[in-house]
Amino acid sequence: MESRKAWEMTGKFPGLADVSISQDIPVEGEITVPVGSHSPDEDFSTLDEPVKDTIMRDLKAVGKKFVHVMYPKKSSALLRDWDLWGPLVLCVSLALMLQGGSADSKDDGGPQFAEVFVIIWFGAVVITLNSKLLGGTISFFQSLCVLGYCVMPLTVAMLVCRLVLLAGAGTVSFIIRLIVVGAMFGWSTLASTAFLADSQPPNRKALVVYPIFLFYFVISWMILTFTPQ
Amino acid sequence: MENMDDTSGSSFEDMGEMHQRMKEEEEEEAEGEAGAGEEEDGEFLGMKGLRGQLGRQVADQMWQVGKRQASRAFSLYANIDILRPYFDVEPVQVRARLLESMIPVKMINFPQKIAGELYGPLMLVFTLVAILLHGMKTSDTIIREGTLMGTAIGTCFGYWLGVSSFMYFLAYLCNAQITMVQMLSLLGYGLFGHCITLFVTYNIHFHSLFYIFWLVVGGLSTLRMVAVLVSRTVGHTQRLILCGTLAALHMLFLLYLHFAYHKVVEGILDTLEGPNMPPFQRVARDIPVVSNAILNTTAKAIALTL
Repeated sequence: MESRKAWEMTGKFPGLADVSISQDIPVEGEITVPVGSHSPDEDFSTLDEPVKDTIMRDLKAVGKKFVHVMYPKKSSALLRDWDLWGPLVLCVSLALMLQGGSADSKDDGGPQFAEVFVIIWFGAVVITLNSKLLGGTISFFQSLCVLGYCVMPLTVAMLVCRLVLLAGAGTVSFIIRLIVVGAMFGWSTLASTAFLADSQPPNRKALVVYPIFLFYFVISWMILTFTPQ
Repeated sequence: MENMDDTSGSSFEDMGEMHQRMKEEEEEEAEGEAGAGEEEDGEFLGMKGLRGQLGRQVADQMWQVGKRQASRAFSLYANIDILRPYFDVEPVQVRARLLESMIPVKMINFPQKIAGELYGPLMLVFTLVAILLHGMKTSDTIIREGTLMGTAIGTCFGYWLGVSSFMYFLAYLCNAQITMVQMLSLLGYGLFGHCITLFVTYNIHFHSLFYIFWLVVGGLSTLRMVAVLVSRTVGHTQRLILCGTLAALHMLFLLYLHFAYHKVVEGILDTLEGPNMPPFQRVARDIPVVSNAILNTTAKAIALTL
């Protein structure tokens, strides 16, 4: 009762004195949190399904991500369920295709594969660390996933270059290769920027885009200067 | 974060220590509660189980101590958050610092401010690696042991980290007021001049052009670094030692990058094929033949001496 008088006497909250809760009324209710019904069968279902289902599910996820890279829109599907199958396949195929170029003796073919592999993964790790240090909100493997998948246009460019080089190695073929590799390089950079730049504070996008540009530039340069023996 | 350039000595190891100590205090509270529960169980065994109990406790404690030390070392050196303050920059600041690295300061009696930032230098080193790769590929450099990429990365990072450490050591001997991060930052931004010079001269192959760029662009960036160091050192002999070493190393590195990774094959072709147009001169279409001949002879002379 004294508190009520104190409230009224301050004059600040004249009407609110009626709303004060008395201390005699017990608080009652239920404190149970409704849990979604997880039947124990659902947790083990992925173990019991046939192998074909598992493989098809993973392949579909990888395929969906490839489509996302081809038409880069701002979607979160690529980021949410990251996987590294696509980057691995792309990296190995690119390294295999780049092997054996500009080699003097046959033991120079070995380092070429390891070189490309190391460049792609080391470069992706450095870009990820850089974007995290600049204040990015994306996680380590999500960023690796995006950068790996965006190597796909450059792998396509490598295929085209090899086919063009089968026809001949003159100035015309160099110009064709330059145009193709340049276009794919721009596509890769734009695709990865569309996914990665959103996770940065807005005034620092340029700081994150530059290393990505450099990374794809180095890979494009390796593809462009590839000459088969 | 402009107030980070002082040599007030709070290195990132101290920050890491504080972080680790706070984490350990939390862990010890949790462990204390768990440990109390364990000891009550042990007392039930009585005398027979005492020796086994003691041995188990000792082994447990040794494991805990070892784990704590390992996790402390790991979180101290593998904690990425230690490096976060050095990457706290805006694009405008990076651009301003890049341009400033070519302008020598005039006030050498007053210690000049050096921003302890690592983003710009790191990006410049990677850009130099890319430019070096371009130069090696276009000049068909053949690396016998090792790979092209490995050599480029090794050279650039080796220069940046190695010369920075050496200059920091010299600065320590000569009592200069500079920290390791500041030295890394200063030398890293000094590589901007190298990047410009090599980018231009790997594409336009004239030796006289290279020498002009070497003196002007390389000289400007060296002067800037030297002026900043001089402003932070006291005493004539010390200043001379520090600045002489830095200037020599910086200018010689540019010279080395041009000549070692951009071999002039034109001299060899000239002797083999006669006075045809060597391939690297297809870029220059409007230079008269006479100056070409002069350039050829000077280039041949230099190639022979190397």
